[in-house]
Amino acid sequence: MRIDIQELSIASAKHALANQEFSCVDLVSACFDRIRKHDKDVHAFLSLNEEQALEQAEAVDRKIKNKEPLGALAGIPVAVKDVIATKGIPTTAASKILERYVPPYDATVVERLKEAGAIIMGKVNCDEFAHGASTENSAFGPSRNPWDLSRSPGGSSGGSSAALAAGFCLAALGTDTGGSTRQPAGWCNLYGLRPTYGRISRYGLFSMTSSTDTPGIFAKTTEDTALLLLVLAGHDLLDATSLPSEVPDYRSKLNEPLKGIAIGLPKEFFEDVSDPKSAEVVSQAIGQFEKLGAEIKHVSLPHTKYGVAAYYIITPSEVSSNLGRFDGIRYGHRSDTANTLMEVYAKTRGENFGPEAKRRIMLGTYALSSGYYDAYYQKAQKVRTIIADEVKKVLNEVDLILTPVSPHPAIKLGEKADDPLAMYLEDIYMSTAALAGIPGISIPAGFVGGLPVGVQLMAKQLDEATLLRAAHQYEKATGWTMQHAKL
Amino acid sequence: MAEKISNSEVQKIAQLARLELTDAEVDQYAKELSAILGYIGQLSEVDTKNTAITSQVTGLSNVMREDTVDACDNPEELVALAPEHKDGLIKVKAVFDA
Repeated sequence: MRIDIQELSIASAKHALANQEFSCVDLVSACFDRIRKHDKDVHAFLSLNEEQALEQAEAVDRKIKNKEPLGALAGIPVAVKDVIATKGIPTTAASKILERYVPPYDATVVERLKEAGAIIMGKVNCDEFAHGASTENSAFGPSRNPWDLSRSPGGSSGGSSAALAAGFCLAALGTDTGGSTRQPAGWCNLYGLRPTYGRISRYGLFSMTSSTDTPGIFAKTTEDTALLLLVLAGHDLLDATSLPSEVPDYRSKLNEPLKGIAIGLPKEFFEDVSDPKSAEVVSQAIGQFEKLGAEIKHVSLPHTKYGVAAYYIITPSEVSSNLGRFDGIRYGHRSDTANTLMEVYAKTRGENFGPEAKRRIMLGTYALSSGYYDAYYQKAQKVRTIIADEVKKVLNEVDLILTPVSPHPAIKLGEKADDPLAMYLEDIYMSTAALAGIPGISIPAGFVGGLPVGVQLMAKQLDEATLLRAAHQYEKATGWTMQHAKL
Repeated sequence: MAEKISNSEVQKIAQLARLELTDAEVDQYAKELSAILGYIGQLSEVDTKNTAITSQVTGLSNVMREDTVDACDNPEELVALAPEHKDGLIKVKAVFDA
């Protein structure tokens, strides 16, 4: 039977599987058929897990036939970003240095997906070690946006957004260190959730900026997002920074109306929207939230403009430290031309890290070096305190903060590839949630010239329920998520 | 805060970072790091005299687990990940100069 993946959500696929409208093997095969047909254009996947995926699908079909209990994500095809460890499946971080690395363990998020019955379709592209905002820093070539193949699907989790928007899977995992889930979701008409820092375990994520890294969720509906969060959230002994707080059923409040919810508009986030049509989409979204009963308040976050500067000291500093482990000794590639131990380190790293990873290692090493530590890293950490305190104070006055996701829709591939600073400024609306450790979600809000535009909502720490409730009410009122990329 | 990064500074940082760079890369990073640090220089506008640093956002402290020994069930598999290994050990170049 023919299955239209683009029309399916996790919820509707679960329903169809349970009613035996199609089998799990049909569903998974339909995804792989699409991948075979279209991924040469999209380039979302770096490796496929087809054989295992089909075996798992058969097992799900047997369970359905025998009326055995099913996990919350039984039979749901999911793509996983290639910076997340998957046992037995190559995990390269889109870097030459890990080109042949096959992890001997699963990340906690992968383990939880599998326990819930999800089917891992394969590993998807990203900027090398998640350094970037377009996937152009991948050592294996960029991914392309299914809405317009000449454009970027965003980054760094651009393979995740591209795979889901192309109908290669029904959900995708990414990571969000400074926007890497929210921004690509915004550019591909998807929901992209950055949870509260510590809400979902980081165990098995290749560390980039340990103090802001978090797994990210890509889904086609808010209901799917809530279900995935429910499966993935919770304390993990293997991540000492994971939060012990109880995990609520994020689906239970989705249908509550927005009356009594106050949404703050920080004026500093509306000053740099370079594309007036994107700004218009955001204004319409604000109007829609008002119609839904939310109270709109004007607020101010005056230190927002320092967010990217603070972020681009903190991130490279932590990156330079975290990438120290890739030295050609314990795993990954080792240089063939080195004669001494020092040369093994320097040549392995020089030959195998790409330009942006090197740039961040250099910048971070400089910022942490003797004589500069106070002026750069400590200064940035202090500015981080001010930014975080400021946003927390505003979130005592309002329930949610609404901002644009990006100053413009998806960029053309190559448009900013030669200007690292311009690429860093792509994160301009993204760094606040990262620095403050609060949750943020990018939600589909309309189109400009056929390209998706998202708006971002942020909430208090651990208040994903309100975030998802607002996103859900807006989704029901607008239906932007019903539109799909045509390949 | 320093604004211009010279080629020799780039070489020194690269040495600290154990990163071999080509001459072209040294030129490139001198220019790019100067531009990025120029942008970051705006942080000095922010008064942080009485501000504490933020190194983490969870509020958790002294996270402990039971001090018990867990078995590692796949040591061979872990050693096999190393680019060079012999007799269950990871092989490296000489650590001390002869």
